[in-house]
Amino acid sequence: MGLVDMSVNLGGLQMQNPVAVASGTFGYGREYQSYIDIRKIGAVIVKGTTLEPRCGNSPPRIYETPAGMLNAIGLENPGIEVFLQEYLPALMEEGVTIVANIAGNSVDEYALITRIIDNHSGIAAIELNISCPNVKQGGMQFGTDPRLVRQVVEAVKQETRLPVIPKLSPNVTDIVSIAKAARDGGADALSMINTLMGMAVDIDRKTPVLGNVFGGLSGPAIKPVALRMIYQVYKEVNLPILGGGGISNTRDALEFIMVGASAISIGTGNFVNPSLAQEITQGLEKYLLEQGLAQIHDLVGAAVQ
Amino acid sequence: MPACSSGIVRSNKKVGPDLWEMEFTALALAREAQPGQFVHIRVGGNQDPLLRRPLSIYDVDAGLITLLYKVVGRGTEILSLYSSDQPLDVMGPLGKGFSLVQDRRVLLVGGGVGIAPLLFLGRELKVRNNKVIVLHGAGSKEETCSGPKFTGLGMEYRIATMDGSLGFKGLVTDLMEREIDPKSIDYIYTCGPEPMMEAVAAFAARNNMPGELSLEEYMACGVGACLGCARKLKASDPSYVKICHDGPVFPLDSVNIAP
Ligand SMILES: Cc1cc2nc3c(=O)[nH]c(=O)nc-3n(C[C@H](O)[C@H](O)[C@H](O)COP(=O)(O)OP(=O)(O)OC[C@H]3O[C@@H](n4cnc5c(N)ncnc54)[C@H](O)[C@@H]3O)c2cc1C
Ligand SMILES: Cc1cc2nc3c(=O)[nH]c(=O)nc-3n(C[C@H](O)[C@H](O)[C@H](O)COP(=O)(O)O)c2cc1C
Ligand code: FES
Repeated sequence: MGLVDMSVNLGGLQMQNPVAVASGTFGYGREYQSYIDIRKIGAVIVKGTTLEPRCGNSPPRIYETPAGMLNAIGLENPGIEVFLQEYLPALMEEGVTIVANIAGNSVDEYALITRIIDNHSGIAAIELNISCPNVKQGGMQFGTDPRLVRQVVEAVKQETRLPVIPKLSPNVTDIVSIAKAARDGGADALSMINTLMGMAVDIDRKTPVLGNVFGGLSGPAIKPVALRMIYQVYKEVNLPILGGGGISNTRDALEFIMVGASAISIGTGNFVNPSLAQEITQGLEKYLLEQGLAQIHDLVGAAVQ
Repeated sequence: MPACSSGIVRSNKKVGPDLWEMEFTALALAREAQPGQFVHIRVGGNQDPLLRRPLSIYDVDAGLITLLYKVVGRGTEILSLYSSDQPLDVMGPLGKGFSLVQDRRVLLVGGGVGIAPLLFLGRELKVRNNKVIVLHGAGSKEETCSGPKFTGLGMEYRIATMDGSLGFKGLVTDLMEREIDPKSIDYIYTCGPEPMMEAVAAFAARNNMPGELSLEEYMACGVGACLGCARKLKASDPSYVKICHDGPVFPLDSVNIAP
């Protein structure tokens, strides 16, 4: 191969191929090292990181649902300093393109985490988790209010020259207005979608299954929603999109690209098949060759009318 | 780090009510496997059920891995339909297994299908010159297919059935309290329902006996990446362990089963 150009520039984030692994589904990269060559992944988006360490939600934290799963991890993470000092160096040594995923309780906190990352080398871009539905004080408010979205993005942009990629919550009525707010705040690209809020009930115990009651739905079950939202945003907002939500194979990835995603992310699919990112990269390359296309870019938005 | 993601089914047969035994070959997995570790299997290959299913390694012998599983839902039901020569999508070996003592007098207590990891453990313990007594709790004698495997490896195997159809009638932990002289045991390993392991842990604590147990939790990734299989070993612990990565095996005294 090598006849096609697989590289993608996502709002300043240079990726060797358009396939990223999604935050919270790939740990800090090392966990899957014996199942996939992590150096060949377009970008590794690491677990959501906060200013202070967080111990996460009480279990059960995950539950399988038809063609999907619910999770309420609660942003368990060691805090930004420990992440940078102890987790990042090993990944940097592998030469992986690393994207940080950050979450905060306030606009100031987002700005502060960003400043800390900006003073450190090794991070290629910042994905803003403004949509995590799990932490009561955290994400939800930011991602559902266009004014707050704009404020957060603006504050973060002031602290860094790294590409800033807000990750949009699908738990909103009008995704386009949120995407526009992110653009107006200075976003370099958009990531979409995060999980859809849901729940499950244990009828024997007459209680919610998850310790946190609500959790985020991911996996193939959410793919149609993700496609619809990306389609809508692609039409109205002129920013590159990192698209994901239930991608399990090359055909899924092509659907996302054809509704406007310049690059794609794999989340729950990693749990099912740890080498999926690599398989999809190869699948996309093969597709381009067969179609006589020179680059992924030629397909982006192909199905948008 | 060892890894395997494919195997070939060699046999898959019913060995009791809802109880199945599957043998498959997977060379790297068989070479690397330690007692107490598990494999993570994608059953069926469709999007539903989506996630892999964790199963303990029941035995490893000459490149052949054996699983003992109970059909409790859709995933295990689909697994029971696999036939010889079919490829098996399997990750592993995963998790941290049992530590292996040497030259000791060891007690293994297994409840139900929790007996699974104890066979491979017993095999390796025998190699290390331990005297091994196995106590197995089951519903009825139909669920005690593993007995001859333990005795075949030179372990002493005693059975408790709830219906009294074989061996002691009642709970395996009652059998333990009644027949095991704590002074005759140096180390204890257990796997099974949590109330059973709680009673074993209490027995061990009362007699100052060290040991290990194996825990279960719902899993997604199986490798420590999703943080889904979290559990506090003791209610007072500040943080959660991940059963798939920090366990499934833990020291008996590190866990407080009923907080
Ligand atoms: C480390 C580990 C080792 C295991 N080893 C064995 C083994 O050797 N043999 C064996 O038969 N089973 C073992 N299990 C349990 C086994 O993973 C579950 O029974 C199986 O995943 C159920 O899948 P299913 O689709 O058939 O059932 P589902 O339809 O998913 O569920 C059916 C029932 O099983 C329960 N269940 C599902 N998953 C789990 C789980 N992970 N832990 C506890 N209960 C669960 C559910 O609450 C439900 O009541 C092990 C679990 C773990 C975590
Ligand atoms: C277990 C789990 C943990 C997640 N943690 C995070 C997180 O920390 N930050 C974040 O922005 N998204 C997180 N997500 C969302 C994923 O990154 C992804 O956006 C979502 O799951 C949809 O994609 P998928 O269907 O391919 O999984 C998590 C998802 C799962 C399943
Ligand atoms: S199952 Fe993912 S961390 Fe244990």
